[in-house]
Amino acid sequence: MGITLPILILAIPVAMFLILGIGGVFMSRKTAGVLGILGMGTTMTLAYIVAFTYFFSGSPEFIVEGVRQQVQLFDVTWLAFTQKLVVNIGFILDPISAMMLVVITTISFMVHLYSWGYMEHEPGFQRYYAFLSLFSFSMLGLVVATNIFQMYIFWELVGVSSYLLIGFFYKLPSAVSASKKAFIVTRFADLGFLIGILVLSYYSESFNFITLTHNPESVLMSTGGATFMGCSALTWAMVLIFVGGMGKSAMMPLHIWLPDAMEGPTPVSALIHAATMVVAGVYLVARMFPLYCVVDASLTFVTCVGAITAFYAAVVACTQLDIKRVLAFSTISQIAFMMVSLGVAYDRPIEGIHYTGLGYMAGMFHLFTHAMFKALLFLGAGALIHAVHSNNYTKMGGLRKYMPITHLTFLIGCLAIAGIWPFSGFFSKDEMLAAMFANHWFWGAWMTMVAGLTAFYMFRLYYLIFWWDENPEYAEHRPHDAPWQMSVPLIFLAAVSCVAGFIPFGELVTWNGEPYHIHIEGAVAATSLTVAVLAIALATVMYRKKNEWPARVKNMWPGLWTAAYHRFYWDEIYMFITHKIIFGGICRSIAWFDRHVIDGAMNGMAWITQKTSFAIRGMQSGQIQAYVLWYFLGALLLAAVTWLALI
Amino acid sequence: MDYSQFGAMIPELIVLGIFLVVFFADLIAGDKSRKCFLTPLTTVLFALGTVAIWVIPASGETVFGGMYVNDSATNAIKAILNIGVFIVFLQSAKWVESDEVAIRKGEFYELLLVTLFGMYLMVSARHFLLFIIGLESASLPLAAMVAFNKNHYESHEAAVKYIMTAVFSSAILLVGLSFVYAFSGGSLYFQDLAVTIQTGSMSGLLIVALAFVIAGLGFKLSLVPFHLWTADVYQGAPTAITSYLSVISKGSAAFAFFIIFTQCFGSVYSDAWEWMLYAVIIATITVGNLFAIRQKNMKRFMAFSSISQAGYIMLGAMAADTLGLASMIFYIFVYIVSNLGAFAVISTIENQTGRLSMDDYNGLHKTNPWLSFAMTLAMFSLAGIPPFAGFFSKILIFTSVTGTGSMALYMLVLIALINTIISLYYYLLVVKAIWISPEAPKVESFRSDCGSRIALWICVAGIVFFGLVPYIYQYCVSSVEASAGFLSMFGV
Repeated sequence: MGITLPILILAIPVAMFLILGIGGVFMSRKTAGVLGILGMGTTMTLAYIVAFTYFFSGSPEFIVEGVRQQVQLFDVTWLAFTQKLVVNIGFILDPISAMMLVVITTISFMVHLYSWGYMEHEPGFQRYYAFLSLFSFSMLGLVVATNIFQMYIFWELVGVSSYLLIGFFYKLPSAVSASKKAFIVTRFADLGFLIGILVLSYYSESFNFITLTHNPESVLMSTGGATFMGCSALTWAMVLIFVGGMGKSAMMPLHIWLPDAMEGPTPVSALIHAATMVVAGVYLVARMFPLYCVVDASLTFVTCVGAITAFYAAVVACTQLDIKRVLAFSTISQIAFMMVSLGVAYDRPIEGIHYTGLGYMAGMFHLFTHAMFKALLFLGAGALIHAVHSNNYTKMGGLRKYMPITHLTFLIGCLAIAGIWPFSGFFSKDEMLAAMFANHWFWGAWMTMVAGLTAFYMFRLYYLIFWWDENPEYAEHRPHDAPWQMSVPLIFLAAVSCVAGFIPFGELVTWNGEPYHIHIEGAVAATSLTVAVLAIALATVMYRKKNEWPARVKNMWPGLWTAAYHRFYWDEIYMFITHKIIFGGICRSIAWFDRHVIDGAMNGMAWITQKTSFAIRGMQSGQIQAYVLWYFLGALLLAAVTWLALI
Repeated sequence: MDYSQFGAMIPELIVLGIFLVVFFADLIAGDKSRKCFLTPLTTVLFALGTVAIWVIPASGETVFGGMYVNDSATNAIKAILNIGVFIVFLQSAKWVESDEVAIRKGEFYELLLVTLFGMYLMVSARHFLLFIIGLESASLPLAAMVAFNKNHYESHEAAVKYIMTAVFSSAILLVGLSFVYAFSGGSLYFQDLAVTIQTGSMSGLLIVALAFVIAGLGFKLSLVPFHLWTADVYQGAPTAITSYLSVISKGSAAFAFFIIFTQCFGSVYSDAWEWMLYAVIIATITVGNLFAIRQKNMKRFMAFSSISQAGYIMLGAMAADTLGLASMIFYIFVYIVSNLGAFAVISTIENQTGRLSMDDYNGLHKTNPWLSFAMTLAMFSLAGIPPFAGFFSKILIFTSVTGTGSMALYMLVLIALINTIISLYYYLLVVKAIWISPEAPKVESFRSDCGSRIALWICVAGIVFFGLVPYIYQYCVSSVEASAGFLSMFGV
């Protein structure tokens, strides 16, 4: 494959960003929207061509004896600081990057189309499309990075575009503070990422992914047994890199920005905060997976973080009022699911069988299916908000009669995420749970419980929106289905969610390129299906019709409910640390020092300068005799002082 | 005598040729016609001459028994001085056409070219006799130029002060040189002096001689305490002459200082004159700054600013090696465009409105945005704010000094840095007056003359690009390094 297509895939979005960003003010909304959609559509087509060529052409460039290869379509030197320190920019094509190309461009195109309807009346429509293009460019650059430094650059770029889009309604104080929060928290995590990169490349002397991951053992050797606080240097590096992933993927305790990021326009939430950017952390771990495998401790860390986050987010999601917040916590929980799946996939034979491939494959599979059905759910939520003009489900209820398309597609999304056969979520979740059970029964049981909670809160949401009790305000303002620009993406994504489970994913995306033969584990599938059905049944009983049960359950454990509603007070803890300890304790004393000691010294210097300047003004008397006298005395003084000093 | 030796003096011959053409043209032409063609003739001829000096490679010869040398370093110095003079010509184009001066403008060009010729000799001389000839021919005509506005009382006063101090400083310099002559046993060649004056021969006589030579050259450079004439002369002289004095005259003296002190007295560097120069530099930078803070008249302000800048220039002599000279050449080059940029604005405003006070600049940006912009850049560059050229020239000259690594020199750079902060204050006073001061502008909107505009464009381009284009500093370094004979004579 030549380099034209890959370059175009990156160049078209960035060109769109420049055209719409600079020239947007001179365009009508329609022109800008059509341009953005056409640009993204072209990119999507090209990305499909590249990905399908990679997967299905069978060309020896991409597949050798049944093993899919990692190919660098191009990799050019960008900055050569020294002989060793060289940063490249390139385009890598391997199973996961090809899959991500499809996911990103598909969702991005759907969101472009959807936004045309959703954002129709918003000011700054052109700017919005420019930012969407910038994000698409950054995210594509991130997944095709050939080296960890390029990835870091695009990692920051997606952070910036996320910041810009969350704060799109910059006149709302809540949006502004949410965008700042997202940026600061993820930047803070990226500090860990950067240190991790530096540690890793210091020892391995390479940024390149292929060099690093093809010989993980030699990377381990190159650290030469260096340890810090009882863990090897490589473990530290991998954990620190994972911290960057925790920030982007909203793992505990760095998850606090994601729920607030829902202040952005809903299509943005679907694109960035559900389907693509937030899975960057998962992608990062998958990209460097062989390195994680050689240091077990780091993978255990990934598993634990994921398991705790998944459960926490699922519990919180059961109590939220804002439908987008529910979906946000659901996203956190599902991403944590993928993390656990990668975490349990390390290379240790259990009863003689290697399960490495299963967890990895399942995690990637879930990444794909989740991107589709979560984008669907978010876009559905957008359609609801568009109709009801509120994020709060107490303003909804009984909407199934008014919005049949939204209702049906949303239901498909809920079934998919709950893991009901034959929807896509069932297949990926089943594989993940199988991998977890294979590692240790505890992880399997724990995550099955999370899966049950997922089914419960999703159907709670579904019933509260579409059944329960009709909002009397509908009489004045009758809600209706969204225009075609918004319905088409919903229908498309719903269709994908119905059939994506039957994609032979094990043949396409595996950790080492060799095909992995999926077989449904009967026991695991039966268990998870039973749990899901029971959870849905419980949700049906509690929320289908307006009744006293939810209030009664709430009053049974008022403390637990309140704590979960307040997300277990994580934001308050952060506020305490930043405001009371950092601002109050450290910053105040530094500010005092700055104000009194440093400024004081400067003012003192200025004062002395002025006074001296005034005192010596008599020297410049204007009399030539005095001038010559000074001159002569100066020369003599110079001689005299030197003479005394030397002789 | 071998008359072909004159062939080595290409830059001098070019300037002399231009002088003769201008002189005879001035002589022959009638009053009416010379009004029109003299300025373009001189400017174009001079521009061609400048290009010729840039283009014709230095012969590297030492002629007249070692009295005169023309190598790539001196050539680079002369070419850079020429660019400054060219800008001065451009910015004075309007002034020489004013009623009072127009009839005598030929004299202005002739006197200026003679002084430039003298400065060339100062730089190329390797014998004190030739050097004194150059120094005097660079100094005495300047007095006439300072008095050029002959109907103005201040111009006379300034000329008198200038010539009194000049004569006195020449006397001091000659006394010092006579001591040196006695010391060396009858030779005034730099290379002979470098041999005879050795560390062991340190005596009171030599110290006095060194102090007097520093004082004599310090007059031209306006180093403290030999600077007192500067402010009065700068203020009284016509602005075109002031800018010439503050840049070209000062630059040539700095080069001559460097050459004399490294080539004759290089071997007693660390024993004697390093510490004299050390004290003088600190005094110069500090006193110049302290006086500049209080000035309201722009020309006086620029006088003290240029005194302070001279201190920075002399840091290159402190380093006394290849990088020292290279960074000094670069500093002066940048100083030429920055200072002449400021003077171009000052003289334009003076020519159009007669205003010279800093208060007159209040709110200037409302009426003359381009002039305000150029003045701001010039001030930023003089203050050393990145990314303008002045920042890089300061950085390079500081690093050349600290390169030698002694603690005392680090202290010197630290003091210079503190003074940079003080200088920032008064340079920004001008910027503040122009952009921030809320008062109604006193200078009405006008269109400046063509010459000044070209001069300003050159200066602004220099301020913006000299630091960013690495070629220029590399040119300075390579031309100094190419002068192998120059380096071999370093006693340090």
